[in-house]
Amino acid sequence: MLNQLTISELAGKLLKREVSAREITQSCLDQIARVDGKIHAFLSHDAGDALAQAEAADKEISGGVKKPLLGIPIAVKDVLAVKNQPLNCGSKILGQFISPYDATAVEKLKAAGAIVFGRLNMDEFAMGSSTENSAFGTTKNPWDTARIPGGSSGGSAAAVAADECIASLGSDTGGSIRQPAALCGCVGLKPTYGRISRYGLVAFASSLDQIGPFTKDVRDAATLLSVLSGADPRDATSVPVPVPDYAAALDGNIKGLKLGLPREYMIGGLDPEVKAAVDAAVKQYEKLGAEVVEISLPHTDYAVATYYIIATAEASANLARFDGIRYGARIDGSDPIELYAKTRGAGFGPEVKRRIILGTYVLSSGYYDAYYLRAQKVRTLIRNDFLKAFETVDAIVTPTTPTAAFKIGEKSDDPLQMYLSDIFTISCNLAGICGVSVPCGFTRSPKLPIGLQLLGPPFGEARLLKLAQAYEQATGWHREKPPLTAGA
Amino acid sequence: MAAAEIDVKYVAHLARVALTPDEEKKLAAQLAGILGYIEKLRELDVTNVEPTAHAVPLVNVTRADELRPSLPYEEALRNAPRQANGLFIVPKIVE
Repeated sequence: MLNQLTISELAGKLLKREVSAREITQSCLDQIARVDGKIHAFLSHDAGDALAQAEAADKEISGGVKKPLLGIPIAVKDVLAVKNQPLNCGSKILGQFISPYDATAVEKLKAAGAIVFGRLNMDEFAMGSSTENSAFGTTKNPWDTARIPGGSSGGSAAAVAADECIASLGSDTGGSIRQPAALCGCVGLKPTYGRISRYGLVAFASSLDQIGPFTKDVRDAATLLSVLSGADPRDATSVPVPVPDYAAALDGNIKGLKLGLPREYMIGGLDPEVKAAVDAAVKQYEKLGAEVVEISLPHTDYAVATYYIIATAEASANLARFDGIRYGARIDGSDPIELYAKTRGAGFGPEVKRRIILGTYVLSSGYYDAYYLRAQKVRTLIRNDFLKAFETVDAIVTPTTPTAAFKIGEKSDDPLQMYLSDIFTISCNLAGICGVSVPCGFTRSPKLPIGLQLLGPPFGEARLLKLAQAYEQATGWHREKPPLTAGA
Repeated sequence: MAAAEIDVKYVAHLARVALTPDEEKKLAAQLAGILGYIEKLRELDVTNVEPTAHAVPLVNVTRADELRPSLPYEEALRNAPRQANGLFIVPKIVE
């Protein structure tokens, strides 16, 4: 049962010595043993190491040490470096890679007392919306194991939803935190670009990538954000904006705050049950005293096309480092070029190859201006839409995804349809703003979670989380557990 | 126009990714579809619009030019597919 609790609930129990870090960690390990065979959220986990960390935490607790995450087990996506643990990015190309250092985000979790354990499944190099692109098999949705958990951080979302850990970390380049959080029924936060250092995060698209937490409620996301945020000399894109106590700002008072409802998001492909859930959430906000107005984000329809030029272009450059020379698998060739091509041909899966080749093409001589430069200009238009909207509203409210979780295999042969499933989450990364997905209901049959997305201005996380938490506390959708894991 | 013309074999060579003939064929069809969709960006007038490279309000981030500890070379070589004498072993580049 301990594995079902939140960080704040467990912190209270640890403080009163009602439970030990070891008991909490063991309850997570037991849950993994019980359910992970069905959902495959974890690629691996080191139980001995987790328990050793828990015992060290218990010693600190009995010594009176106070840290925000002391004794809390947190699992991480297989794209963040954890010293002396494997790092594969859901790919074969890294072979038996062992991280020689900790990512800054991981270092901060450890410094805050967290028990950092486990490698969570993901689409290869974070490219995908379903985890079907993992080289190590698909993660299943805890609400219905015939369905995808979303992606690319599908393992991170499924592990939290299935209570295999208390919270997890993921990364979000075009929705890879918010989309799986919505489809698995947990809270997923993509902070503003530059809020959290990305040192030790394997790069996919450097102008879009951001690390963020998956949690069981908004308060835990706020707690983790305060721990993870801040400028880091090892990441020149981390921004020196002061880090507030985000959890302290959750006072539930949202009277007079203004929410924008973008008319461009009411598209044809929007599932009626998703629309009904979002409409109900908007009414709830009005009941709580917020004002809701219709707004326009006129370049919404161009976001997916812009994203797939910029993200693939950056990926084609970032993934050049996987060449079989310094780390990972190698397939020999008669000269270096043959070695590179053979290693990469065998090591990368189909989606990664597709994106590297698309990215190489849009950057290649003769096409750069027509594709890449034009996309960067459209990106300016998309960003300006949001900055203009935030002059009149405090946050923007949308569905996180057009539909609930789809079936495994349903879109895997049609990359364009898969890309279009990210239509509501992609703009946030292009604009560099912050966004969060919170549970806002379920489809009737089968019962699948629906996510509400709130988008806020750059470094506006405090107000964004306050809005998210006020809704969450008024409705309680986040307390529902998937049948697979309930009653553990 | 460009959509139909993508030479997958050539671009794959530029990207240093070996493809099987089957992969080439499948990719050519998929990329044509994706590029066809991307063509919609041509509908927009982007005259006098500045490109956005990234969304962070930072320029020229530098640090003091001073000696700092780095990854020990044993650690840097730890994941190498082939190594000897503290070096990465690679195929011959020049005769």
